[in-house]
Amino acid sequence: MSFDEFNILIGGEAGQGLVTIGELLSRAMVRSGCYILVTQGYQSRIRGGHNTFSIRAGADLPLAPQDELDVLVALDPETLDLHRKDLKKDGLIIASGSVGVDADGAVLVPRDMVLSGFENTAVLGVLAFLIGIESALFEGLIRDTLGKKHPEALDENLAAFKKAYEWAKTNTSRRMDVSKTCKTDRSGRSVMLNGNQAIALGAMSAGAKFCAFYPMTPSTSVPLTLIANADAMDLVVEQAEDEIAAINMAIGASFCGAPSMVATSGGGFALMTEGISLAGMTETPVVIVVAQRPGPATGLPTRTEQADLEFVLHAGHGEFARAIFAPGSIEACFHLTHRAFHLAEASQGPVFILTDQFLADSYRAVEPFNLEGLAPVRAGARVSDIEAPYRRYLITESGVSPRLLPGFSRHLVVADSDEHTEDGHLTEDLSVREAMVKKRFRKWTVVLKEVEPPEYHGPEAPETILLTWGSSRGAGLEAGKRLRQGGESVGNLHFDQVWPLAQDQFLGRLSSAKRVVSIEGNATGQFARLIRRETGFDIKDRVLRYDGLPFTADYILERL
Amino acid sequence: MVDIKDFGEYETAWCPGCGNFGILDALKKALVACGLGPHEVLIVSGIGQAAKIPHYLNVNVFNGLHGRAVPVATGAKLAHPGLTVIAESGDGCMYGEGGNHFISAIRRNIDITMIVHNNQVYGLTKGQASPTSDEGFVTKAQPHGVYSSPFNPLAVAVALDAGFVARGYAGMKEHLTDLIVRAIRHRGFSLVDILQPCVSFNKVNTYAWYKERCRELPIGYDPTDRELAFRTALLFGGRIPLGVIYEKTGRPVFEDRFTALKNGPLAVQKTDFDALRAIIADLA
Repeated sequence: MSFDEFNILIGGEAGQGLVTIGELLSRAMVRSGCYILVTQGYQSRIRGGHNTFSIRAGADLPLAPQDELDVLVALDPETLDLHRKDLKKDGLIIASGSVGVDADGAVLVPRDMVLSGFENTAVLGVLAFLIGIESALFEGLIRDTLGKKHPEALDENLAAFKKAYEWAKTNTSRRMDVSKTCKTDRSGRSVMLNGNQAIALGAMSAGAKFCAFYPMTPSTSVPLTLIANADAMDLVVEQAEDEIAAINMAIGASFCGAPSMVATSGGGFALMTEGISLAGMTETPVVIVVAQRPGPATGLPTRTEQADLEFVLHAGHGEFARAIFAPGSIEACFHLTHRAFHLAEASQGPVFILTDQFLADSYRAVEPFNLEGLAPVRAGARVSDIEAPYRRYLITESGVSPRLLPGFSRHLVVADSDEHTEDGHLTEDLSVREAMVKKRFRKWTVVLKEVEPPEYHGPEAPETILLTWGSSRGAGLEAGKRLRQGGESVGNLHFDQVWPLAQDQFLGRLSSAKRVVSIEGNATGQFARLIRRETGFDIKDRVLRYDGLPFTADYILERL
Repeated sequence: MVDIKDFGEYETAWCPGCGNFGILDALKKALVACGLGPHEVLIVSGIGQAAKIPHYLNVNVFNGLHGRAVPVATGAKLAHPGLTVIAESGDGCMYGEGGNHFISAIRRNIDITMIVHNNQVYGLTKGQASPTSDEGFVTKAQPHGVYSSPFNPLAVAVALDAGFVARGYAGMKEHLTDLIVRAIRHRGFSLVDILQPCVSFNKVNTYAWYKERCRELPIGYDPTDRELAFRTALLFGGRIPLGVIYEKTGRPVFEDRFTALKNGPLAVQKTDFDALRAIIADLA
């Protein structure tokens, strides 16, 4: 039996090692040449609870998660109860021996293997055989990954894996041959990483040198990825006492020339907002990653949502230029973060990356990023280009003033959160205030010039347009593709940048369609409202999801 | 040679007779005594009358938000360890809004000097209680007197084993200059808490009040004795001790721990694309 694609869900309690199984299996599939898309679901607790690691794999790029399953791996009884309904008729259940089920066709991993202390590698051994991936591939992976993390337990892990694999060989009859699912010509070409890792890599490619953070799900893996590579890449990453300190540290570091970033989620971002205004007023570049999760307040801390667009758009008091990127893919996480650093420097102010839990934790197989032609940010202006006396806030035509870094020359750099004169000193002269507001506002031109155009797929004059932004891209694209395959005239318009909007890039297209549907992970259609506010174009149809789970194509198609 | 004139002479927005003048003067003299050129110094301040001090000096300046001078100074020092970084502001800014940052900077032992103008009242907002106001201190906002007990910055700093803890008085400029010089020269976190009369809003802690109480620590006082330092830090009444209350050397300095900073300021460090390629290849 072979498939075009393959869906598997591994479920269990936190602490049972399901992420280890999931990551090893994903990596094995990527090494076999599959494209994958991982969706992780977890609860706000260290042990116990119900957690899932779902992999959709195929020869073609999976765009979004899928609810229907080919294989269900249950490490606990709750997983069976909750997900059995999603299993295809001829699907396969692999259950840890401690689950104690007598389901038809379920493969029960023997209890002695489960109780060996290496339950997850034993389950992986059975799973590996049943889906037809060679034992040698896994053994190599276990050496590469578990061997690095837990060298003391490597031999026992390998032994548990092999014993289970051999057991499955002689004791099971059903097998799904996944090796044929994926074209093998891609094997060895892809890398596997999630959205947050891609953001961290994008930052490093842009020459990021400083990051401060206060841990908050689902943003934490951005700084953790930077920390893991801090020595190799000459980075300073500091866990601050709170988010207020984090943004202020990043501003201080950036003032001194380190391309700087912070990463947080809604609640932490709430604390950072005074710092956002500080970056706006002092004209200090800083990149802010906001990984959305459901709010308000603590909300559903480990689930996904796209409900902080309006918050990030309006965060901070007073008025100043800003840009907000909302990457819809792993590749976009990388490239837009790179761009965000350059735009922050060019516009001398805050630039935002709006992601969410789904994208943050979603592993995918991607081509290794091409670093050719990517240059790091060069912070500040050259001293030789400066006229004395140096004025940090010189009024210029572009609104961008020459930025020198303190301590690198005899010029003194004076930055102020108060309204200030050209030389940086506070003033209460109201005519200076007006001139400075105008100067700062001219920086909008710099930001507007760089707006990323929305991505369009579909016929030139579609009857219906499905509108997405950020991580809902994949599900929207898949829904559109399926509708087009069914003969409908549907186009997909996706925004990887949600602010500012350049209406000449999309308004014509929206106006010519009979029906426009906004697909958003929030309860009020925030992006549709933003488009109406900016262009007057009213999007009446909306498919909104706010139950904490990511969009799937089925979810959208059922509600269109 | 650096001269006091290099640090400038400006008109200020302070009330005549304000304690800030003495502190500004002592700071300039201290910078000269340390042989620092204006471009080698960064002063980060918050909000309040004290926080205006860098505007009256020729140095690099970041005048940020209320309570946030210390984290900005921390980020600046981590980006450019060669700069002499001073965080300077008032008691409300540093001990009230900035309390958590004060504690965290001591714990990091980052090499910045924190100078606090402590006038035990909010001047800029016209006379409310500050974290260091005495219990019972009457203001328009606290008409029955302050209910809370005063924050003791020196005792907190000693309790957290800060590297350098000193108290000066704006009315004793030479002594204060010496304290600031020693604080700047100390490698690691240093605190100089400066008693400062507010002539407009604090009618209790006046020049006369301080003159009667402020006394230099006795000759032979051992600032390395932590228990003695703690007892000394608790004295605030009939006699107020001034001087270096606690000094501890040898604690690792925060910025020295980052391998990236062994190669100088972050701004001049190259991005190693080969290393980045290897990191990406490792994800296969």
